[in-house]
Amino acid sequence: MESFFIGIGLALGTLIFICFYRIVFGPTVYDRIISVGFIGTMTVVLLVLMGFIFKRIDMFVDISLMYALLNFVGTLVFAKYFAKNKGAK
Amino acid sequence: MDLVCKVFLLAGLFFFTTATIGFLRFPDFYSRMHATGKGDTLGILLSLIGLAIYHLAEHHFSWPAIVIASKLILIAVFWFLGGPTATHALLRSAFDTGRIPWTKDGRPVIKWPPKEK
Repeated sequence: MESFFIGIGLALGTLIFICFYRIVFGPTVYDRIISVGFIGTMTVVLLVLMGFIFKRIDMFVDISLMYALLNFVGTLVFAKYFAKNKGAK
Repeated sequence: MDLVCKVFLLAGLFFFTTATIGFLRFPDFYSRMHATGKGDTLGILLSLIGLAIYHLAEHHFSWPAIVIASKLILIAVFWFLGGPTATHALLRSAFDTGRIPWTKDGRPVIKWPPKEK
């Protein structure tokens, strides 16, 4: 089961790395914001998997809960900020 | 129980993969948001449910295992409510700044601004 978790974690890491393409080359600023949110979502699952691999799930589950909250608030703040300044490319 | 956990995790990974492919290949900001906004939510829900089931079965439903599994389900439920909210807020912000959705022949299906207030 350990090696299965490591395999899933490596696949998620590859997906995160692929998503950096949109952060670097995204045509609009909104593509970059979605990309950050999506990477954050995959990181939540990756943190829980790391907790299972290192056998410290009682610590890592709190970290990933905090990360999910911050990711949500961050996306909302970005949406509010870019709605205000109308000329954002 | 291991098999159930593996099936849930592989289903979650499948939805993450399809969301990433759609995110890279769709032509427009709105359609990209459509791909990630759904695959994202379903992927995190399935993965965390599978991990909670695995943890409960591993520790024979003891009290600390139930607390940790309920925290995992809490993350899943929070993201099930919060992910679409964040997607909607971001989409509203993009629409209000005047981005027209992409169409195949290049003609916009809506007029901008939609209505004079």
